[in-house]
Amino acid sequence: MKLKSIEELEDLRSGIIAKKDPNKTCIAVCGGPGCLARQCLEVRDAFVNEISAKGLADRVDIRTTGCHGFCESGPIALIFPQGIFYQKLGVKDAAEIVEETIMNDRIVDRLLYIDTGTGRRVKKEEDVPFYKKQMRLILRNNSRIDPHNLEDYLAIGGYSALAKVLDGMKPSQVIDEVKKSGLRGRGGGGFPTGRKWESTRDAIGDIKYVICNADEGDPGAFMDRSILEGNPHSVLEGMIIGAYAIGSNEGYVYVRNEYPLALKNVTIAIKQAREAGLLGENILGSEFSFDVKVNRGGGAFVCGESTALMASLEGKPGEPRAKYIHTSEKGLWDRPSNLNNVETWANVPLIINKSPEWYSAIGTGSSKGTKVFSLVGKINNTGLVEVPMGISLREIIYDIGGGIPGGKAFKAVQTGGPSGGCIPESLIDMPVDYEQLTKVGSMMGSGGMIVMDEDTCMVDLARYFTNFLQEESCGKCAPCREGLLRMGEILTDITEGRGRMEDLSLIEDLSGVLKDASLCGLGTTAANPVISTMRYFRDEYVAHIRDHKCPAGVCRELIIYGIDEESCTGCGRCLKNCPSGAIEGEKKQPHVLDTAKCIKCGICYDVCKFDAVRKG
Amino acid sequence: MSRNITRQKGEMVTFMLNGAQVQADPNWSLLEAAKFYGLYIPTLCYDEGLTPYGVCRLCVMEVGSGDRTKLVASCMHPVIEGLEVRTHSNRVIKTRKMILELLIARCPGSKKLQDMASMLELKEVRFKPLNDDCILCGLCVRMCEEQMMAKAIGYAGRGTDRYITTPFDMTSEECRKCGACMYICPACELRCQGPEAKTTLCSGCLNTEAVCAAKYDDAMCFMVPCLSCVKRPEDVK
Repeated sequence: MKLKSIEELEDLRSGIIAKKDPNKTCIAVCGGPGCLARQCLEVRDAFVNEISAKGLADRVDIRTTGCHGFCESGPIALIFPQGIFYQKLGVKDAAEIVEETIMNDRIVDRLLYIDTGTGRRVKKEEDVPFYKKQMRLILRNNSRIDPHNLEDYLAIGGYSALAKVLDGMKPSQVIDEVKKSGLRGRGGGGFPTGRKWESTRDAIGDIKYVICNADEGDPGAFMDRSILEGNPHSVLEGMIIGAYAIGSNEGYVYVRNEYPLALKNVTIAIKQAREAGLLGENILGSEFSFDVKVNRGGGAFVCGESTALMASLEGKPGEPRAKYIHTSEKGLWDRPSNLNNVETWANVPLIINKSPEWYSAIGTGSSKGTKVFSLVGKINNTGLVEVPMGISLREIIYDIGGGIPGGKAFKAVQTGGPSGGCIPESLIDMPVDYEQLTKVGSMMGSGGMIVMDEDTCMVDLARYFTNFLQEESCGKCAPCREGLLRMGEILTDITEGRGRMEDLSLIEDLSGVLKDASLCGLGTTAANPVISTMRYFRDEYVAHIRDHKCPAGVCRELIIYGIDEESCTGCGRCLKNCPSGAIEGEKKQPHVLDTAKCIKCGICYDVCKFDAVRKG
Repeated sequence: MSRNITRQKGEMVTFMLNGAQVQADPNWSLLEAAKFYGLYIPTLCYDEGLTPYGVCRLCVMEVGSGDRTKLVASCMHPVIEGLEVRTHSNRVIKTRKMILELLIARCPGSKKLQDMASMLELKEVRFKPLNDDCILCGLCVRMCEEQMMAKAIGYAGRGTDRYITTPFDMTSEECRKCGACMYICPACELRCQGPEAKTTLCSGCLNTEAVCAAKYDDAMCFMVPCLSCVKRPEDVK
């Protein structure tokens, strides 16, 4: 059915809402990537079978939703209307939930989340500490809608921002609203979105493009993916509003092919929107026409850079070019182009619906609204978190993230993906916003947040990220290609005990040149992990070079294993497991390790029950 | 921005070049303007007859004033009214030297790079020499496409694995073997094999008349004595 006016959209919406019984039981099973990996679809099928076996099919809805965020506890199911939060579900749990909760209105205690602070079981989602301190403006709807169902999105007020815009708002008014809201790009640079729109609008040219950057390629990051998978219509709505404001009739979603679900869901959403007259000619009966195409990326990290992405869209190799003339003037096919990332687009309908004043009240002086982070690494509650700007790192890591597993000490957190910096414990109380993160040598980036504990070697970490960036560099400009190669060589030398003290100043010189002279953002930020770890953990570099020791016990070449005579009981576990025959000894007599034969695999260290194997 | 101002045909742009107020054609790049005013700016990927590519980054200049300055590739950057440009600030020189050090470590055998090392007073290469024969400046690719209209060669691979080749690494029917790629290549011309050719930097033979001239006699007579030959051995580590 094609909607021909705003009234028809509102009629359809009220029809959908009237049809829906708010008290009808609904089981919302998370279908995000984390839960998918833990067989959430089998859990959902178990629910479906159970419900139909009990003859409850017309009394209970089952919905497969996008990511709920709390990946650590997956698969997750929410039972509406009560809002009961069940976690870590298995296929066998479905029958019990249907029997107890759905039919007899009783809680299945063993499937509830246990608050690690109080030790109590938590019944509702909003009382789970992981969710309590979050402000889920973008992600909240993920658990409330089926991404394949346009009606679900309309029922929660979807496309009402578009209707408001088309109902008499001038493009310049829309831009003013976005400018007033203080929204800044969520993809990395943090450029004010309203200003970007305005310069694209003001640029000379008949044909203009809007582009959605869904080429999220940071290791351990899945923010944009989850939004596109869980609520693709919110991104489309943002893009349509942006296109209206900019004066564009053509848009692209550049999504990486490694995100099959995001690709599928956004393609379905576009088809639905087109059929409903929300995309295409004369949207909702207005003069405004706009359509979106999906383009699959080949998985190059550098294609997340705006000019490389546009080159890739044009069918050329994904390599960046100099941006002395901005893409808002000459972008895709040399025409004015406005590129924003998924999360930025998803913020737009919120701002239009709720007013820019409401939006700018959230956050700090220059960073407004909320930011989605993917909280990963050595953290208890792995998952997606959405927090207001200005919240402290401590709150994110300890209150929301639940701290470090295994009682280990927190060491550092890396924000902003592979080219972000590492923030040490001494700065953990700093507020998270664009300026603060840049000030301490890191960046907001697209929102990766990797937590590290005391067992992480910072030199090894810097080496890892340098190698990642070296592999992902396109190789076009000399500083990035040659500089990262040499940086990687030096860091490998240091982690393998061949470092020299003068290497440290060479790294600093190299970093400076990378930052100053590289062609695109990948190169200019590539030195961040190295610079920040050298700034905050210089002693570790020195320990590697001067003392030939890795304080965290990670760098294999620098570890020497030995057996403590006094604690060794002669149980023979290490001897049996040693793959290189380096351990000798009689039963019940202290064993001896021959360092010449030792291949430093660490198996003896892991299997010893008496802590008799030393690492040094 | 000032470049959006519509100007009369033939009107010039005024900007500050190393503290001097100069004028330039609005279609010029910063590099073209600097060359017009007689400044030596090292470049390896720039050629007057080809589209600028902006990848060697040796032509960087510092633009802006106060604490809001940045380095830009001058071959790509347009002249802008009122812009403050410094072609030889400390930051620029340090950057150029480091980039050249990186490139020379890749191709120590290139005479052009060795000469440039002497010009920029690069005295030490701290990286292991790779003895490669290509610095990926892309001059040959553009030469082949833009001047020879052949498009016989292009880039393959990514990052440090990037290299220049024919499609699918096979002999290309598009290639007319015209040799233009070799003509324009800055790395093809071999360096003078001085007394200690094993070092990454040309070690300097103290003679303005190159040692190699006698050794190779007529065979290498096309070779202009290396600039490095006027270096003193103690200048090179």
